[in-house]
Parts: sequence; C-alpha cells; structure tokens
Amino acid sequence: MSGDYDVAIVGAGPAGGNAALAAAQHGLRVLLLDEQPAAGGQVWRAKSSAILAAPATEESTAGTSLRNRLAQSSVTHLSGARVWQMSQDDGWKLEVLQGGSSETYTAKKLVLATGAREYVQPVPGWTTPGVIGLAGATALFKQNLRAPGQRTVVCGTGPLVFYVASEIRRLGGTVAAVITPNARMDWACATPALLHRPALLARGALWVADLKLAGVPIYWQHAVTGVDGDTEVTAVEFAPLSHDWTPEASRVVIRADSLCLGNGLIPQIEAAQMLGVPLTHDAHLGGWVPRAAPDGVTDVAGLYLCGDGAGIRGAEAAVHQGTLTGLRIAADMGFDTSTARDSSRALWARAARFGRAMTALSIPRAGLARLSKDDTVVCRCEGITKAGITQEITHGAGSCNAVKSGLRAGMGPCGGKFCQTAVAQIICTETGQDVAQVAPPTARPPLCPVPLDAAAGAFDYHALPIPKPAPL
Amino acid sequence: MSYDIAIIGGGIMGCATALRLAEGGMHPIVLDQGDLGQGASGVNAGTLSLQIKRVQLMPYALRGHDLWAQMGDAVGFHKSGGYTLAFNAREAELLTERQTLKAEAGAPIEFVSNAQLRRAAPNLTQNVVAASYCAEDGYANSSLTGQYYRGRLQDAGIAYRTHSPVTAIDKTTAFELATPQGTVRAKRLLLAAGAWLKPVAAMLGVDLPVQARVNTVSVTERMPPLMSSVIGHATGLLTMKQKANGTVLIGGGWQGRGTPQDGRGTVASDTLRPNLALAQYAVPSLGSARVLRSWTGFEANVPDFYPLAGALPHVAGAYVLGCVRGGYTIGPYISRLMGDFILGQEPELPLFDPGRAYTKEPT
Repeated sequence: MSGDYDVAIVGAGPAGGNAALAAAQHGLRVLLLDEQPAAGGQVWRAKSSAILAAPATEESTAGTSLRNRLAQSSVTHLSGARVWQMSQDDGWKLEVLQGGSSETYTAKKLVLATGAREYVQPVPGWTTPGVIGLAGATALFKQNLRAPGQRTVVCGTGPLVFYVASEIRRLGGTVAAVITPNARMDWACATPALLHRPALLARGALWVADLKLAGVPIYWQHAVTGVDGDTEVTAVEFAPLSHDWTPEASRVVIRADSLCLGNGLIPQIEAAQMLGVPLTHDAHLGGWVPRAAPDGVTDVAGLYLCGDGAGIRGAEAAVHQGTLTGLRIAADMGFDTSTARDSSRALWARAARFGRAMTALSIPRAGLARLSKDDTVVCRCEGITKAGITQEITHGAGSCNAVKSGLRAGMGPCGGKFCQTAVAQIICTETGQDVAQVAPPTARPPLCPVPLDAAAGAFDYHALPIPKPAPL
Repeated sequence: MSYDIAIIGGGIMGCATALRLAEGGMHPIVLDQGDLGQGASGVNAGTLSLQIKRVQLMPYALRGHDLWAQMGDAVGFHKSGGYTLAFNAREAELLTERQTLKAEAGAPIEFVSNAQLRRAAPNLTQNVVAASYCAEDGYANSSLTGQYYRGRLQDAGIAYRTHSPVTAIDKTTAFELATPQGTVRAKRLLLAAGAWLKPVAAMLGVDLPVQARVNTVSVTERMPPLMSSVIGHATGLLTMKQKANGTVLIGGGWQGRGTPQDGRGTVASDTLRPNLALAQYAVPSLGSARVLRSWTGFEANVPDFYPLAGALPHVAGAYVLGCVRGGYTIGPYISRLMGDFILGQEPELPLFDPGRAYTKEPT
C-alpha cells in the first residue's frame, strides 16, 4: 500500500489538473494520476522531451502554465501511471500500473477526469495506414511537432477540422482539402454562442482565413466516403451529403498520402460506469454521459466527475469544472469554499454553453451510418464487418451486450472503445430504436490491458490465500 | 394469448427446458429480465470438466458432456482433455482422494506421471507434484450461449421476450405474470432465474434458501500456443484454457463482490490477484500476457450445494430448476429431465426435490 491520500484524481488534463490544484490549496493531500509523461491531457499535451524548443501556441502556453503550477504545488503527480482497477471500502483503493509493476494507492475521495476520445465513422479503407483520427493528429502536432504526411486530406465535424488543417500548414505540410459534413448554415446557427467568446471566434476565423489565402479548398456538407491504397493512403474519395448527411451518388477523388478523419468527441465513461454511476444520453454532450452535478458530485458517495468525461464541453469548461470539483471536495472535507465555488460555477456555466454549441456541430445525423458499407470493418480488433454485425442483429441480438457476446465485437484489446458507437448506430438502423435506448455494453475491468505478472504482483505460492475447496 | 407454461429465466436451464417441453407438445414462453444467456450461462468460464464435478452429480455431468459435444461448433465446443495439478503434498493427497472417488463414479480419470505431463504440456511449471487427466474434459464458449439458444428457440417456434422482468405473479386458475410489456398468462410456471430465484419465488410467497457466489473470470489477449488442454488445480480454484483464437481464459471461482439484488457483481482486486498468480504459477510464461477483461457471474446455490429441480413447494403447477453445481455442464441434460417431469413422464435420472431439508445429502 503506497500512501494514503485525501483525494486521488484520475486524469491530469485541464479538469483533473485544476481539481488537484484547488484541493491542494486547501491543504488536502492530493494524488494526481495520468498515463502520459506530462500533465496537460490531450488538449494541452506537452511536447516530447526530445524536442528542445518549439514556438509557443495557445495550447502549449496553457499546458506549460498548468505543469508549472502543479510542480510548485503540494500535489503528488504520478506520470506514466495507468489506473487499472478501482474499488471502494471505507475509502477508495486504486491499482496503478507504472513502469511495468502495479502499486496500490488509497484515498478518501476519488475524482474521475478521464476526458474524451474521438468517434471515427468507419468508411471503406479507414484502417489503411496513413489514416489517423482528427484528435489523434493533434497529439502528433503537440508532442512531436509533426504533420501526418506530405499531402493530407482533413475531414471532420466542428471546429477541430479547421484547427487540424491550419496546424498541418503551420508545421509545413500540405492540406489537399478540408472536408466537413457541417454546412455553413450549421455554423451560422452556432454564432450566438460564438459571439460570447470573441477570442475563440477570432481564432477560428483566422484558421479559415489562412486556409482560404493558401487556396486550400473547403468542401462544406461533404464527407470522405473511401480511402484508396493498400499499404498506404494513395487517394481519398469524398461526396456531397444531403441534409441528414446521407452521401450523394457523385464522387470526387483527390490524391493524398494521409487522411485525418473524425466525427466529434465522446466522453470516456468506462471508469464511471464500472463504479455504478448512472448513465444518461445527451447528444449535445457527446452521447452517453455519467450523471454528475456541475461541482462533480455523483450518486456514488465519495466519487466526483469533471471535464469532458462528464460530457463534452471543451477545455475551458473543464478548467472551471475541475476547480469547482476540487473546491467542492474541500467543502465536503470541512473547508468553507462557497464564495470561490460561486464564481467558478458562473465561469463554468458560460464556458459550458459555448462547449455545448461546439459539440452540437458533431451530433451524428441519420445518414452518417450510410458511410459504412457492408464489407467495411467496424470492429478493428476482431476484424468484424458491418454486414456481420447487421446479421447478428437481424437474428435477434438487440443490444450492444448481445452483439458483443455473439460476435466478440468489443472483446479485443481496445475493449470496444473504437466500435461500440458504430455498433449502437447499426442496432438503431436495424431495429428502429432511438440511440438513447441502446445502452453501451457493460464495462469490464481492467481499465486498460494490464500484464498478468504485474496484476498478480510478486507472490509466494505457499502464502496465496487459497480458500477451502469446493464440496466433494 | 395463454401459454401452457411460462418460464422465468432465459439461460441454459430455461431455454433447454422450453425446447424439451415444445418437443413434448407444449407451448412455452421464455421471459428474461435482460438478453438471453447473459447471466451465469453466458459469463462462466465455459469449463466442461468431469474432474471438478460433484461425485453424486457425475451421471448427470457425463450425459451433459454428450449433449455439449452434439451442440458442437455452434457453442464453441472443444474436447481438449484436461489436467488437474497438485503443487505440494497436501494438494497431492487431496487430488488422489477426490479424483479416485470421481473415477469410481464413472468419470474416465487417470493419474499421470510427471514425464507424461511434461510431454503433453511442456509450458507447465516444473513444480507439479501430482496430476490427473481426463480425456473427456474440454470447454465451450459461454459467450455463445445466448446466440445459440436464441436460434434454437426461433427454430422451434418458441415465444421469448427479452428485457422483460417479471414484477408480480398472480395465481388464480392460471398464473398471471406482470411485465413492463404487459401481462403474460400461463397454466404452469417454471422458475429458472438462476441467482435471481429467491426474489422470483418470493413473489409466490415461497422462501427458497438460495444464495449466490460471485465467481471471477479473466481473459488475456491472444497469445502463441501455451496449453492445449484444460488446466485445473487440485482445490478446484483454478480453471484455465487457451481458446483457438489464442486468448487464455482464467477462472476458478474466486469471489468478487456484489449481490444479484444489486444487479451486478464487481471484480475485487484482492481475489483477482491471487487468481492470476495461481494461473501464472501453473504456466509461468503467462506472466507476459496482458489481461484484457475480468468479470463476475452469479452462481446460485442452496446450503447442500445440490440442485433445485422439481415441483415448487406449496404452489400447484409451479416448478423450479436451478442451483446446479456445474450447471453449465449439466444444464442441457438436467433441463431435459425437468421437461420430462413437467410433461408427466418419468425422468431418466432422479430430480432433486426443492422441498427437501437442505441439511443432509439427498438420496
């Protein structure tokens, strides 16, 4: 058992990092756990230590600031640390994989700030090397200062597609085209929310202006329908979309060696799900979200949630919700933080409204599912196609759990993180259910694959607590 | 519409009994609170081993094995043979005593030398003191239970409803079962709700002394070939097999937490860790495999650890089937017996009276 803490926080992004700082300011003993080498999460990911200097960006500045504040605080930050199992007795017990071995940590309160992952709608050829996620591409920029290829097609929803395209240009790559399912009208509808955030609006306008000046074609209300190439991307095919995002018949082919593809972010809910936090479906927050109050409080005693893992509201909202959650925990442990919480809550509400409007741009429409063809692989780990899943459903499997049991979709190393949104979408198509009726599959530990010897730990056979044998 | 019999529970017991009853001319309906085969039937480790069956249940297990072999590929059946290992003198004594009794009960179990064992299973630890082997042992893929029985029910034209928990039972001339999808009427009733038997029987005012064990199972990523037979431990606290796809499934009945009434069990690291340690001790090269998933399943039992299989006490027309130790192996067979009993025929082997006193061995 390695030390007892007041608070353990899983995830050192904007939400978890600020929750840690707020709790530590009140003298609480805080353990901050993150699998990355440095704090910052995805949005404020640190550059690789192999890169000595890099031009400052808005994200790198915010990340450096968080990392400096954490370094100067009393927070114990374990980097490269993966929490693989959590349980609750009097307090919380966490099994943490770090450097090939597992340690147990305990804490009175637990915060899950597990962030988001991205959804990629499977299209023919999406598993070709050279295709990466839109959000995945940002990791490449921030950590390695590298563009994904020489000539890249960037396709996706919301603001991320423009950010990624402009970053590729900044890093010296060529953007062959920007393709987005959103219409200009979708952005016009989001303008009221944008007007409250003039700085962000200006930044977005700058990305688009840069692309226009460089002559990069922007295809509104289009989507990538296929990827050519065997061992590497050679060309990308795309088509105009109808209002509900059904691809129309005409196709355009564009030469490229790489493709960034994404359809918005979804909350990483598995940890909360395993601990019994009830889920609700809210498309404006990225789909299935664990139920939590703005100050992080959940139905599970001593468990708090903040940041994108509790609903996609973006980095700024995550900062304030993190602070608010840290302050709430301090209050729950006897400190008066009500004034500070009031101001954090107001800042959170403002940022959350904007984040929600941005998330809304990525809400999948019915036609999106038609981008996947019968022979398109949906479950990458097990190589299961859309047709296989469709057949299982028409034979009576009406839930994500039933499809998982019958076909193994979601039983591979990713644990269903890549395929379950698409599986649920196919269930909806085939059974006519609404996506809010198709619950995600039961989440199973460990939270990440864990080497068996590390999970078992050092042991003496004769000291194993072997119970008495079964009745004869 | 009224059915001849309503069956609460769409696991192996409920579905296989429904199939037998339909063969006998009855019109059953199967109701499950979730999907078919998602309880113990669908989450157990899938071991089909005579070496871990109770002596008194051996005749049932032997016939159960035959039925699994007939189901074949559709349920992922493999007759791989199985070794049971003892790592010290105390375990060797236990192994000898127990496996001798099981062999006498009809299981083709033999004791094997270390040389034989190493030839057959070279990746096993060198620390084996004694081992037994049963060529009849093997496994099936429990994940396929729901898919398999769903197809069988459909082919037989048997009605079933999933996500249909029974919330109240009214007994007048017939049984009236309240479900979120409406009332189901049936002349007879079979309770086959596994770990949920106690609350279901309570709706009829019957107190069944059912408790649930919370068994833990884990699976690794795909590995190169490490073992070709089922591996067990003298105490029964390890079962392990490598599937055709290379994944290794590790069970043995280590206890997680939770109750069926809470609706879910959770894996406990303080029992998961020794379970994995025991697996690694038996096959040291397993240490480098990554564990992808661990889960729990509720295994129902009564105090004497023998089945409930027969008429439900005090309620005419109601029956109960469950709490079978080794229920995955024995389920398809004992369900046939149950079906025959409900059809008014003499079962091939005796059932287990749910009205018995649970303090002594059944006769």
